[in-house]
Amino acid sequence: MSARVDTPRDLRIQSRWSPHITAARYIGLFALVCLFLIPVYVLLVTAFKDPSQVSPRQMWELPETLSFDTFRIVWPKLENGLQNSLLMAIPASIISSFIGAANGFVLSKWRFPGADFVFPLILFGMFIPYQSILIPLRQVLSDAGLTNLTGLALVHIIYGIPITTLIFRSYFASISDELIDASQVDGAGMLRTFAFVALPIAVPAFAVSIIWQFTQAWNDFLFGIVVVTRATDWPVTVALNNTAGSQVVPYHEAMAAAVLASIPTLLVYILMGRFFMRGLMAGALKG
Amino acid sequence: MYRLRRWGPAILLISPSLVLIGVFVYGFLGWNVTVSLSDWRGLRPSYDYIGFENYTRLAEDGRFTNSVGNVIVFTVVFVLGALFVGFFLAYLLERRIRGDGFFRAMFLFPMAISLIAVAIIWRWLMNNSTGAQQTGLNRLFSSIGLDFLVNDWFKADQPFAVMAVAIAAGWALSGYIMALFLAGMRGVSDDLREAARVDGASEWRVFWHVVTPMLLAVLMSAVVILVHISFKTFDLIFAMDSESRLIETPAIYMWFTTFDAFNFNRGAAIATLLMVGVSAVIVPYIWYSMRAERRQ
Repeated sequence: MSARVDTPRDLRIQSRWSPHITAARYIGLFALVCLFLIPVYVLLVTAFKDPSQVSPRQMWELPETLSFDTFRIVWPKLENGLQNSLLMAIPASIISSFIGAANGFVLSKWRFPGADFVFPLILFGMFIPYQSILIPLRQVLSDAGLTNLTGLALVHIIYGIPITTLIFRSYFASISDELIDASQVDGAGMLRTFAFVALPIAVPAFAVSIIWQFTQAWNDFLFGIVVVTRATDWPVTVALNNTAGSQVVPYHEAMAAAVLASIPTLLVYILMGRFFMRGLMAGALKG
Repeated sequence: MYRLRRWGPAILLISPSLVLIGVFVYGFLGWNVTVSLSDWRGLRPSYDYIGFENYTRLAEDGRFTNSVGNVIVFTVVFVLGALFVGFFLAYLLERRIRGDGFFRAMFLFPMAISLIAVAIIWRWLMNNSTGAQQTGLNRLFSSIGLDFLVNDWFKADQPFAVMAVAIAAGWALSGYIMALFLAGMRGVSDDLREAARVDGASEWRVFWHVVTPMLLAVLMSAVVILVHISFKTFDLIFAMDSESRLIETPAIYMWFTTFDAFNFNRGAAIATLLMVGVSAVIVPYIWYSMRAERRQ
């Protein structure tokens, strides 16, 4: 038998270099943060500059006055795309989260024979290169008359199922079986348990799943250009690439457009970073 | 009867997803392979079987082999770079120092923005104009006397052009790798570290001999994730310079040959090869993860 003895903090063996090492860590971290923020610096400095002050030579200079003029120029070009992306990403992320909740519950607390075989098959869908399904996808959607915003939302729901299933499966697996009362033999009882016990306690998993899916759908570009044919239905990433994606566009407009298109996901990240982080870790199969 | 009552509703609940995944993932993958073996060119679908001709043609297609070369260089630089930076960041943040949440958030935020936005920022940073038009990083370098660093970035000669793209990709994803390593490092129990310290090991030795060996599984995940992302990367390269052969990868070429030139069969063949490449790393990874889970 071995008793675990906690070493009191002050008795820990401390190297006499230890304060210096901590200082070195801070210096290293600050230097790296500055390096990481160089693109952000350029982005903000340029976007908020008065258009008359913008020139290649002055790219690194701080603006003399804060100006929103560039945003005013860019806004009309992105307005429709921003609206489309919101209309598409919000329902898509909510619906695919509910589907994921049902799947996750079944695959963790209601494991039918074969459940362990089915799960990896679903999971595989999240890693495929989407290029390898684009041709059939585009055929099917144009035959169904769904080369529009609805079709795009549908695509995000379907290809979101693997990750949302994974998020909810890991979440429910961490909930004790007693709470779910797996002793119920009756299937209808289980359905009720899912709706009235499991769903209400899965709020944190919903936060992770909805945030993750929203970010994915918002930031997607490939499905946007392949699925959507009409310009009025383009999501914001396609609108952004069209307005800012050529060398002819003055770079302050490109930068301001990039800022505008990134605001919603950045807001989500700032306000709910913890949940975003968990989605990220789930994506690496590390629940 | 018992089995039906016990499992029936469960299967009913999950079956819509199984059908959707069955059709939209596996069905479409099979369909894509069929297209890759067909003579479908132009807007009208055609499924006449022509064998592996599309694949043998790709082998002789200079544009395709060029794109394969690019994606190989891109993968090596991007994966090694992101691993190195991510690991180093995690190492710096490993001890719970004051403000570590702030630092983590700063390194991770590029994950929250679209690769289109990332490409737009970096395209201007890596602009190669000269003289009065000189701007971006080149302008910064020459104004602080680092002229030798001024270069053509993603318009440089091969294979350097695609390395510049890898810098932008690394900027976007090193934070993710940091998060993975950090979770792994913090999972190493304090008792284990303490035991090594009591034995007189220095902090550096504790890290190197106790913590890093436990990170092998994380390293594997990180490599698999980065490699498969690198094969698939589309937005970043497309928005950086879509017309440039210097940085074109198979994922980009597939799009152009299919949706721009309507060579559906050739596009499908490229897509199938991409799928094979990604599966080669992903299938063992899923299998390994599932086995590890069952053992717990």
